[in-house]
Amino acid sequence: MSEGHSTYTPKTGIERWFDARMPLPRLIYDSFVAYPVPRNLNYMWTFGGILSIMLVSQILTGIVLAMHYTSDTNLAFDSVEKIMRDVNSGWLLRYLHANGASFFFVAVYIHIFRGLFYGSYKAPRELLWILGCIIYLLMMATGFMGYVLPWGQMSFWGATVITGFFSAIPLVGNWIQQLLLGGFAVDDPTLNRFFALHYLLPFMIAGVVVLHIWALHVVGQSNPTGIEVKSKTDTVAFTPYATIKDAFGMIVFLFVFAYFVFYLPNYLGHADNYIVANPLKTPAHIVPEWYFLPFYAILRAITFNIGPINSKLGGVLCMFGAIAMLFLVPWLDTSKVRSAVYRPWYKLFFWLFVADAILLGWLGSQPAEGSYVFMAQMATLFYFTFFLIVMPVLGLIETPRRLPNSITEAVLEKNKGGSGHPAGAAAAPQTKG
Amino acid sequence: MKKILISLALIGLVAAGTAAMAAEEAHNAAAPTHFPINEPKEMSWSFTGPFGTYDKGQLQRGLKVYKEVCSACHSMNLVAFRTLSDLGYSEAQIKSLAASYTIHDGPNDAGDMFDRPGKPSDHFPAPFANVEAAASANGGAAPPDMSLLAKARGVERGFPQFVFDIFTQYDAGGPDYIHSLLTGYDQTPPAGMVIPEGTHYNPYFMSGVSLKMPKPLSDGQVTYDDGAPQTVDQYSRDVASFLAWAAEPHMEDRKKTGFRVLFFLLIFGALVYMTKRRVWADVAH
Repeated sequence: MSEGHSTYTPKTGIERWFDARMPLPRLIYDSFVAYPVPRNLNYMWTFGGILSIMLVSQILTGIVLAMHYTSDTNLAFDSVEKIMRDVNSGWLLRYLHANGASFFFVAVYIHIFRGLFYGSYKAPRELLWILGCIIYLLMMATGFMGYVLPWGQMSFWGATVITGFFSAIPLVGNWIQQLLLGGFAVDDPTLNRFFALHYLLPFMIAGVVVLHIWALHVVGQSNPTGIEVKSKTDTVAFTPYATIKDAFGMIVFLFVFAYFVFYLPNYLGHADNYIVANPLKTPAHIVPEWYFLPFYAILRAITFNIGPINSKLGGVLCMFGAIAMLFLVPWLDTSKVRSAVYRPWYKLFFWLFVADAILLGWLGSQPAEGSYVFMAQMATLFYFTFFLIVMPVLGLIETPRRLPNSITEAVLEKNKGGSGHPAGAAAAPQTKG
Repeated sequence: MKKILISLALIGLVAAGTAAMAAEEAHNAAAPTHFPINEPKEMSWSFTGPFGTYDKGQLQRGLKVYKEVCSACHSMNLVAFRTLSDLGYSEAQIKSLAASYTIHDGPNDAGDMFDRPGKPSDHFPAPFANVEAAASANGGAAPPDMSLLAKARGVERGFPQFVFDIFTQYDAGGPDYIHSLLTGYDQTPPAGMVIPEGTHYNPYFMSGVSLKMPKPLSDGQVTYDDGAPQTVDQYSRDVASFLAWAAEPHMEDRKKTGFRVLFFLLIFGALVYMTKRRVWADVAH
């Protein structure tokens, strides 16, 4: 990325003209063609690209939907139905957008778990990780506000419950809640400001994505071994190697996405959201979108008061704390070894954590009663234990497996195992530059 | 450490088991706590599956049931007469059907409201002037609008069924529920169950033991001219199919497009994968 290493040579007159005035072609060439990537990246590393196309897809479908949508509590529900019934391909746009939000989260969760597994947050990638956490937070805000716009029963009651959290904050809570709502309850001002913010936030996400990619191109990508790139044989050029691999990953992802859009477009939604919002009729179970369920379970798990903190505030603190944990990960993990591949105990706890997150998600969809509450409390306890105890302690007491000396050595070791690649092939990337 | 983990896992399993048993005990026949009492019956529908299409004859029969029975109380505000061409009606048939309704319109040049015959661009007129009128005429609860009913109702499928549903493309939760509810009347409630005054026991109702709507259909009530059986079961299937169409009129187009999109992605994906193999062939990774 740095100017000194640029291998770009403008070939045509137009390229030379641009390069002397604003070297945009050089930036693109250095970032997406010549940019060196570790040769051992697996398909888990294609999710960055997948997330980029999901963001673009959401913005494009969203802008067209906004041309037909009306953010008035009396008209919003019917305007969405008009899109579904009368706008040309409106059903496609809306289902792409609604399911696109879900699949955006599918991709971001895989991306985050990838980072947790391979220790991608460790120095010098702390800032890269934190920028990613900020994108995730912005996505959550965007997703939540977007779900309110169709003005169905779950839109309304979800908004009522979630904005209600803020009233638990001492002193300023009620003020914050009223600022969010534009009044004392979810109503027309709420819908209008949510629409405005739902249109704004994706562009803020796009801005932070630029910073995220900038930081990535300064420190370079991590890789499954967690060993830094040491020599030129450790890397291959972004194009064609990473481009073609990313392209294949994207197509597989789009295949699954399309399967849901065209065959199960309402599978990830809630039936109650096809009933127009009614402030006088509370649904039997208020559940948020699936991607918030683990945090919803943590929120409801706190059913007891801790000293001056009542259960409501405790739940809100735990829920925000659960997200805050992610920001602290670079400093909570004390291990000198990055990748879980060489950390047998961390690997075990990582998979327990994945299971715990899924369990919390399921508990979030169940009513908060009986044994579900106890299970949610245990799962919440493990969630925080993983970050606050396992991560710092394991790094100090665990004996990691022997690390290879370099990425090239790791690749050669892996390929020795009878995969049929000639050993000499490893030298090829050098000649490709 | 492994021992501790295993014992923790065991404790979790035992806790979950006890909880399930406790939930089972709480499910007392006379005072059930979870609804519906009976899961909806899964029917075979022409519109499910990757190549599903609406059966036009069935939709026409369903429309007849809606017009002659349901529309006395239930509105269908989002459905325009013109869209009935999906059911196989000609333009002339739609015009005359629309004209058989009276639409309250206005104001005219003189500022007066007036009644006129319906046009294809009109929507089905509601049976009541407003929600309040509908509620007061029906014992306090307004009958729900039917335009989206087939998507607005669905009984939770539970684990692991909801995982299988992805692969079987189960998307008939609403129609199954509507059919089960309509055919679920006339059953005797368990001994000791309290049925509130003015409501009707139905073990398929998803929000309680009984609902305000009395049994709406009976055998022979609607005359079919295509030889289909004139039974409550057939009426219920037909009206549930009709409501599935009303809620999702572009379903056929969606599934057809979906097949093309998936087919394209499959071929394109295979080509890109082969290209990827070729590009990486001489790089160990």
